[in-house]
Amino acid sequence: MTTAPISAPAMERANGNTKLEVCDFSAFYGNEEVLRGINLPVPRNEILAVFGPAGGGKTTLLRSMNRLVDNTRGAHHRGRILLDGKDVFAPDVDVVNLRRRVGMIFALPVPLPMNVYDNIAYGPRMSGGRDRKSLDEAVERSLQRAAMWEEMKDRLEESALHLSGGQQQRLSIARVLAMEPEVILLDEPTAALAPVSTMKIEQMLTDLKRQCTIVIVPHSIQQAARLADHAAFILMGELVEYRPGNELFTAPSDRRTEEYITGRFG
Amino acid sequence: MTAGKTRRAGAQVAERIAFALIWTSALATLAVLAFIVLYILDLGLPHVSWRFLTSAPEEMGREGGILPTIIGTIVLTLGAVAIAAPLGIGAAVFLTEYTWESPVTRAIRFGAEALAGVPSIIFGLFGFIFFVTYLKMGWSILSGSLTLAIMILPTIIRTAEEAIRTVPNPYRDVSFGLGATRWQMVTSVVLPNALPGIITGIILAIGRSVGETAAVIFTAGTALNMPTSLVSPLRTMAVHFYILAIEGISLEKAYATGAILIITTLTVNVLANWLIVRAVRRHRRKS
Repeated sequence: MTTAPISAPAMERANGNTKLEVCDFSAFYGNEEVLRGINLPVPRNEILAVFGPAGGGKTTLLRSMNRLVDNTRGAHHRGRILLDGKDVFAPDVDVVNLRRRVGMIFALPVPLPMNVYDNIAYGPRMSGGRDRKSLDEAVERSLQRAAMWEEMKDRLEESALHLSGGQQQRLSIARVLAMEPEVILLDEPTAALAPVSTMKIEQMLTDLKRQCTIVIVPHSIQQAARLADHAAFILMGELVEYRPGNELFTAPSDRRTEEYITGRFG
Repeated sequence: MTAGKTRRAGAQVAERIAFALIWTSALATLAVLAFIVLYILDLGLPHVSWRFLTSAPEEMGREGGILPTIIGTIVLTLGAVAIAAPLGIGAAVFLTEYTWESPVTRAIRFGAEALAGVPSIIFGLFGFIFFVTYLKMGWSILSGSLTLAIMILPTIIRTAEEAIRTVPNPYRDVSFGLGATRWQMVTSVVLPNALPGIITGIILAIGRSVGETAAVIFTAGTALNMPTSLVSPLRTMAVHFYILAIEGISLEKAYATGAILIITTLTVNVLANWLIVRAVRRHRRKS
């Protein structure tokens, strides 16, 4: 059922189109296997939507890609996740550097309890940025890319906790952009937001894929269909189907995918 | 129906009685505290003067002031905090951010809890045997501060650990996600947000050090001279109060010292409370 699309990565890697590739990857918390033998290429400068019912392992997959799982007790894995062909779990990989290349946005907006400027300058400062002028530039550039420079430029000294939910989430994206990441992971980034904010963020992601590769766990099937260049349906730890978005959502090849996207379960 | 009504009436009576009892116990506690404080202040304050605060004692404390004991209290307490705070905060950070829960962390935590329950005279005895005689530090600021530091360490560890645990986990995820090292995460996100709670713990520890006598007599001595170096012996206000009273040197001066001591500890405690309230409010605003 998944043979045709899964054979694609080899071809895509050959012409350098695969940014991130999940290879025969299984993830465990203690003895519980939450992901089973996932194979999933993420084409460069595309949006990959990873969707499926809750508890299926989507978040674990994202948190494995930037190794935030390292901080979860009892988490371990089998298989590999290749970033530009190099396993992110390899012993010589600097995890701090990995996370600078692979940024992450969470379901609930998490402004750090500091002002707008310091939130965005956080990443650059952590990697040693001290020079005020280049920090200023990074803050402005990131806010501009997140399409919120105009509304934020006079509020940089304001606490980020006072922003609206939608603004906080776009700020979180700007904060990740300040690190100039190559890949951006988003775990249901619009789950807590109003439709207008959701629209802004979707627009932003579509613009961003020119510079970055994006993996998103969408908060609805409609959102997956709107955004996905490729889509992966994950059900109880297994990859059921991986295909270009326009094919998967119009003509799913697996019965379970079809049942899920037509709302028969989940 | 009737039975139900009776039961409800009974419950209401019980509620009233409980209410009255709880109010009584609260008021009784407050009354005892107010009585002690006012009693000491009433006996002591008339003998407190600017000169009392700023001059040296004469004739074993029968005459003169208490300046060296004020300085002694401040120096000894600051010394204890300067030693215990970094150790305690470091231990708390280790327990919360650098290890998983394990038999080792449980052992450390159990040790700290056990240490918190040890009577202060035992710390005094330990300090006397280990610091004063074995390490030959003599009765000194150094011995006294080290002993007090061990005594207040559990308080600081526990309050710092609790404060650190209240820092929301998503902050840690975000910080790591933005490429922070663990140490950067701790210093940029965890400690600043836990700071009010940590400071509260330190202030409680200061209160305990200021009022301590047993552990101090054994390790810092009872010398009435102005301390001049880290190895000088000294006398704190609490010890001064104790000696003036127990040896019948001067009850007036004893109560005057007691008044200053009570004002100091009350101020420290009020400050701690104020910080707790402020921290809680800030936390509520956030969520």
